[in-house]
Amino acid sequence: MTSIERHEYDVIVIGAGGAGLRAAVEAREANLRVAIICKSLFGKAHTVMAEGGAAASMGNVNEKDNWQVHFRDTMRGGKFLNHYRMAELHAKESPDRIWELETWGALFDRTKEGKISQRNFGGHEYPRLAHVGDRTGLELIRTMQQKIVALQQEDGKKFGSMEANIKVFAELTVTEILKEQGQIAGVYGYWRESGAEVLFEAPTVIIATGGVGKTFKITSNSWEGTGDGHALALKAGANLVDMEFLQFHPTGMVWPPSVRGILVTESVRGEGGVLTNDKYADNEAEADRWYLDQDNNRRPPELLPRDEVARAINSEVKAGRGTEHGGVFLDVSKRLSAEVIKKRLPSMWHQFFELAGVDITKEAMEVGPTCHYVMGGVEVEPDTAAAVGVPGLFAAGEVAGGMHGSNRLGGNSLSDLLVFGRRAGIGASEYAKKANRIPVRESSIKAASERIEAPFSRVGGENSYSLHAELQEITHNLVGIVRTGAELKEAIERIAEIRKRSANVSVSGGRHFNPGFHLAFDLDNMLLVAESTAKSAILREESRGGHTRDDFPGMNSKWRQINHISSFDGSKVNVRAQALPAIPKELYDLFDVHELEKYLTADEIAKGGSK
Amino acid sequence: MARNLNMRIWRGNATDGGLENVVVEANEGEVVLDVIHRVQATQMGDLAVRWNCKAGKCGSCSMEINGRPRLACMTQISSFAEEETITVTPLRAFPVIKDLVTDVSFNYRKAMEVPAYAHPTNLAPGEARMEQVDVERSQEFRKCIECFLCQDTCHVIRDHEENKKSFAGPRFFIRIAELDMHPLDTLRNRKQTAQTEHGLGMCNITKCCSEVCPEHIRITDNAIIPMKERVVDVKYDPLAWLGSKIFKREGIV
Ligand SMILES: Cc1cc2nc3c(=O)[nH]c(=O)nc-3n(C[C@H](O)[C@H](O)[C@H](O)COP(=O)(O)OP(=O)(O)OC[C@H]3O[C@@H](n4cnc5c(N)ncnc54)[C@H](O)[C@@H]3O)c2cc1C
Repeated sequence: MTSIERHEYDVIVIGAGGAGLRAAVEAREANLRVAIICKSLFGKAHTVMAEGGAAASMGNVNEKDNWQVHFRDTMRGGKFLNHYRMAELHAKESPDRIWELETWGALFDRTKEGKISQRNFGGHEYPRLAHVGDRTGLELIRTMQQKIVALQQEDGKKFGSMEANIKVFAELTVTEILKEQGQIAGVYGYWRESGAEVLFEAPTVIIATGGVGKTFKITSNSWEGTGDGHALALKAGANLVDMEFLQFHPTGMVWPPSVRGILVTESVRGEGGVLTNDKYADNEAEADRWYLDQDNNRRPPELLPRDEVARAINSEVKAGRGTEHGGVFLDVSKRLSAEVIKKRLPSMWHQFFELAGVDITKEAMEVGPTCHYVMGGVEVEPDTAAAVGVPGLFAAGEVAGGMHGSNRLGGNSLSDLLVFGRRAGIGASEYAKKANRIPVRESSIKAASERIEAPFSRVGGENSYSLHAELQEITHNLVGIVRTGAELKEAIERIAEIRKRSANVSVSGGRHFNPGFHLAFDLDNMLLVAESTAKSAILREESRGGHTRDDFPGMNSKWRQINHISSFDGSKVNVRAQALPAIPKELYDLFDVHELEKYLTADEIAKGGSK
Repeated sequence: MARNLNMRIWRGNATDGGLENVVVEANEGEVVLDVIHRVQATQMGDLAVRWNCKAGKCGSCSMEINGRPRLACMTQISSFAEEETITVTPLRAFPVIKDLVTDVSFNYRKAMEVPAYAHPTNLAPGEARMEQVDVERSQEFRKCIECFLCQDTCHVIRDHEENKKSFAGPRFFIRIAELDMHPLDTLRNRKQTAQTEHGLGMCNITKCCSEVCPEHIRITDNAIIPMKERVVDVKYDPLAWLGSKIFKREGIV
């Protein structure tokens, strides 16, 4: 190859969301040279949109909270399909990760005693979410962005160049993870601005690319959520675990159409929003009391786990009890004064006022389910975040699987990013220090380069925008919130057809900042993700968390013992069953056995946890 | 109720470009970003525009709409008269990359010049205690979504390329103010360096930055003016100077 841009690093982090930035900080602190690559500008990743908060059992508001309670809530929320070890590490380490942010300059909202305030969220037994109004994700991103600048300033003083050891490559898309002799050798991609190609050589790659929402028609995710990391991992020989589980957030905006899907944070319910047209709202007196005295009252139905609320709304609307635009009403104006609403939920107020012309201090919001989060993801070793089967590859954040089981609790993602971002940084650093580096072969570079050029060399082929719209229609209608075997079968066939047609996508215009060209690559990733989701979903003949089968409505303990592992053979995704690791005795004993009977088989109960 | 909307979209690159007329369908409730996306999907597949969250939270889709710096995702079509033509152009203060996308790297360079937060060395993680009222002052500035509209509109750089070298701009004045008011930050003299190194003195308080801020941050009133006032105090008042040496750190009030 003539003159492509080349770089050499110790650790490459794909993604500048919470997980990627936290990983990068850790690798740099281990004295390694780190490249951070992201598709958007620095500081704009999806994490910026997170509103409600980060879950950590600091016990600042209710001192009964501790990691054991958080662990229990997480496992219950995930319907016990979580990898127990990830849930354990997450519950134990998230308080330290939040406090650490404070030492980097984060300013969380405070309690009366001056500690970090914590708010209620669905599925969390105690107030647990550290927050900054309803812009917690922004605080997280900005704090870590500024921490990276702080490290760069240190390097500037020491080495005369701020970018000596850590550099951000913003608006650069990775199209391929490169391996040589079975291990990681680097990544290949293009600058979005110029279309010029870039090679990065490094012995370790951390995937922190976030979610897959754009595979669906109605989603809270931005254009970046195209499952790139999921697909890159598959193609590099890694596995995806449990891709059938997608979280449909119960409260997305539904009207006007242009904002359909945009999230209405769950803190609206945490702060006392009432869902009407909803069969649970029959005991408002007790629900009202709960917000003042949580020890002596039962929680209102608005704060049940997301999958349950989403399904409830779905069935209300299907039964004809929805609003004119196919949603239900969510009302905060009844419980809170206008002043309190504007203070605690400022960006929600803003969002509805400016985008829908609705004043939430006076009127109800119209809401309905939106595709929000993917529980499935890269299969990793819990302690190191190493991707199973690919030496040198790591994954953290939403792109990693296992932590949340079949359903994620709100607030558990931001803390997950911090806990496993850090662990991936450590894992990758330890690996990089020992790894022998294998240069990328010219033939690998040539192949990667040809793939980028391909859509330009075709004329009169398929349009990537319309193929994307067709895919979204299929996933929405056939792989959505309620599924059946017949529909999934149809979906698998139709996704395969689109995949065939997508091989013939052509792009108009040049390489220079060309969104049509960018989408051509994103589309390929979304197709692999959709295939993996549909193929996992058709196998799982039960309903659990973010996977609901109309033809198999109940939860079945036998299925709880099974993870679905997706792999890629070069032409299609294959899915197989794999036994879920058994919960060790000391964690098993944290639960009441009668509760466990709901989830585990009689055999498992008889054993009483492993070892 | 779909209707046809007349738009003029700036298309071009760093060296060359101009406005192109398009007619595009607009539906009830849509914002400018929606119709730009429709143009992209149906008429100009390679039209370049930045965006992410589409909910006013990430600050990516900054552009000038009828000459005014705005977020395209928060500008309702219905806020214009039926027959009005909507003209969209790239941010003027920054070099064009392509169409509506500009090179905003100036801002990231400036960010690297502001000295980082300095945590007290004797305060372990989890030990910090702060009053809500005290964190709120900095929190106002931490609401900033880095859309850089304030930078774009600021006269000091908008029409004076030569000032960019010595002027950090409103975005970074609020960053300095935020750190200066941070209850725990231990680095001293942030206001003075705002003056001596980041060009605070060049600001002539026209408040344009505050007017375009989509987060309604009171950039001028709450950050720039208080810093300017204190810089003057600190410069000429020997007592305040002495005070700043005695107390652990000097706050803004
Ligand atoms: C509206 C909204 C509100 C939310 N609220 C909460 C909440 O209150 N609490 C909570 O815990 N969770 C919340 N979540 C979920 C949470 O925000 C996300 O799961 C989390 O931010 C994902 O972080 P991440 O670091 O894994 O990836 P992201 O933040 O999604 O970042 C992904 C990064 O990867 C980059 N990237 C992707 N593909 C490529 C490629 N091919 N090449 C180069 N770079 C690439 C992107 O550019 C980006 O920088 C919310 C989500 C949404 C959408």
